[in-house]
Amino acid sequence: MGFLNHLISGISLGSIYAIIALGYTMVYGIAKMLNFAHGDVIMVGGYMCFCATTYLGWPPIAGVLLAVVVCTVLGVVIERLAYKPLRMAPSLAVLITAIGVSYFLQNAALLIWGSSTKSFTSVVGGDPIQLFGGQLTITRVTIVTIVACVIIMVALTLFTTKSKMGTAMRAVSEDKGAAQLMGINVNTTISLTFAIGSGLAAIAGVLLCSAYPTLLPTTGSMPGIKAFTAAVFGGIGSIPGALLGGILLGVIEIFAKAYISTQLSDAIVFAVLIIVLLVKPDGLLGKHVSEKV
Amino acid sequence: MKKSLSMLLAGLMLVGTLAGCGGGETASNDNAGADESSTASGAAFKIGGTSPLTGDAAIYGNAVARGAQIAADEINAEGGIQIELKFEDDENNTEKAVNAYNNLKDWGMQLSLGSVTSKPCEAISTDINTDRIFALTPSASSVATTEGKDNVFQMCFADPNQGTASADYISEQKLGSKIAIIWKNDDVYSTGIHDKFVAEAQAKGLEIVSETTFTDASATDFSVQLNDAKSKGADLIFLPMYYTPASLILTQANSMGYAPKFFGVDGMDGILTVENFDTSLAEGVMLLTPFNADATDDKTVAFVEKYKEEYGEVPNQFAADAYDCIYAYAQALEAAGATPDMSNEELCDAMIEQFTSMTFNGLTGENMTWDTTGAVSKSPKGMVIENGAYVGM
Repeated sequence: MGFLNHLISGISLGSIYAIIALGYTMVYGIAKMLNFAHGDVIMVGGYMCFCATTYLGWPPIAGVLLAVVVCTVLGVVIERLAYKPLRMAPSLAVLITAIGVSYFLQNAALLIWGSSTKSFTSVVGGDPIQLFGGQLTITRVTIVTIVACVIIMVALTLFTTKSKMGTAMRAVSEDKGAAQLMGINVNTTISLTFAIGSGLAAIAGVLLCSAYPTLLPTTGSMPGIKAFTAAVFGGIGSIPGALLGGILLGVIEIFAKAYISTQLSDAIVFAVLIIVLLVKPDGLLGKHVSEKV
Repeated sequence: MKKSLSMLLAGLMLVGTLAGCGGGETASNDNAGADESSTASGAAFKIGGTSPLTGDAAIYGNAVARGAQIAADEINAEGGIQIELKFEDDENNTEKAVNAYNNLKDWGMQLSLGSVTSKPCEAISTDINTDRIFALTPSASSVATTEGKDNVFQMCFADPNQGTASADYISEQKLGSKIAIIWKNDDVYSTGIHDKFVAEAQAKGLEIVSETTFTDASATDFSVQLNDAKSKGADLIFLPMYYTPASLILTQANSMGYAPKFFGVDGMDGILTVENFDTSLAEGVMLLTPFNADATDDKTVAFVEKYKEEYGEVPNQFAADAYDCIYAYAQALEAAGATPDMSNEELCDAMIEQFTSMTFNGLTGENMTWDTTGAVSKSPKGMVIENGAYVGM
């Protein structure tokens, strides 16, 4: 039964990584840049929801909506102010800018909310579900997280394959110049990608804080790095890859903690990443270049 | 593709490195007011300490600054020995602690309160030793803080004593038969208590069924550790750690429907003041602490009243430790006939002589004495959280 418990914890953690990784993958696929500030947008989402539910007394769902709206706007603004002027610059400059934005957001959060820990109230209430006479416990947050992750993955896949904007995104991802010649507004498309990615970050932030309820200005940085790893693991740019990478990473992390060593779990996770990349340099599902979004 | 991948990995490593030091990079300024210094009239002894006034241990840092200030104000009001206090923020970060310590030296510190937390205090205690400034730390409890330094003393129990005392307490009171420990293996405080606890538990015949760890980077998810304890039937979980991870453990144990007894050490103090933390989760949590704010003796009542009046909350043991530090200094300075114009070297020698020979009665214990290693001898009090407050067991 211990195995099943660990598996469920792993999938739950992995689903959160997956939602974050979807944001990384979307932005990388389209704008060909690594948005290292993504993890901090997650943190902003968490704080927004915390403020709405704790200080303003809003219902949880309104808190989530506020977080999504704020993060979406934030994502677009970051893109306009920090990344757009660098569209023609070398990718290293953009990378450093992204790290700068990440630190800016962390420090802004420190100024606004202070540095003391806040305890996040889960947006999903209710008692855990007990199975097999209490031996197997599944919290409601876990179920919501997994369901949300699958819905988001399916919705994104449908969006990029069926809708007009989605087709435009794929075109920009293939070749920016050619897409522009075909009458696609590249800037709008990239903004939209950031909007979607940041909206997802808000949802991930709320779910992350609901499952692991502390909120600090650095809350988003470690999950952000892990999710980035997950995106690379699954094949960056691939939507199903982000999901697969995220869940595998979560499960490996929990199993490594449970069965090998709580001290070495992170080392094991990254060792697995290195091995996978040695064997498949594009990540698990990264070979289908045409499916890049 | 290969090229871009190597870029990805390079970027990942870069961010990883940066994230490692991200924790304490910056601080908000809203606590700057805590750097208060009471400018006494005439010559005063300059006592300084580094303290996490912001950051993840800010609850301790501010409690110490406030407790010490109350004591200093009281002593200054009596008109005898005059004390000027200054705290510099170290954010519970070793490098910042060294900078803060150097600032205090520039200010002219004659006597030190060391640091509030163990890691920063270890970092500055070597300098304290070579600079010959006497230090009495209110709460830095690791052994390395005082080891090999003849002029660094502690007001709190040293970590090994906490581990030993906890194991003794659990076995005497028969609080649990199967014990799980979750400890933070990248932290000297947690590791020190854990090691002694395990040794003493074995000596007392306590059965430890589960030992699991976490680090700074993995201090968010405790599902594995809790599942391990639960599956091995632990009825008591020992938590030698600070309150932030402890609050998460309590929340997660509750959300998985697991309700063993929890037993903490002095780092657990502060858990009731975490913002938005559901204090009902801490109900029944036991901890070993030298100070009981509900005690009815005059000294404690007066201190608690004053603290509540000035800061609007019940003081924790850190505040009490700091209060005792200032009074211990006052007693020692008086006995030694010290004057504020003495150099820190002279004061250091006088204080070493006093502290190793005197007996001190304070809020956190009666008849405290210090040995030459700098460790204090006093007996801990078992406390349990009931209705959102600490109650003596």
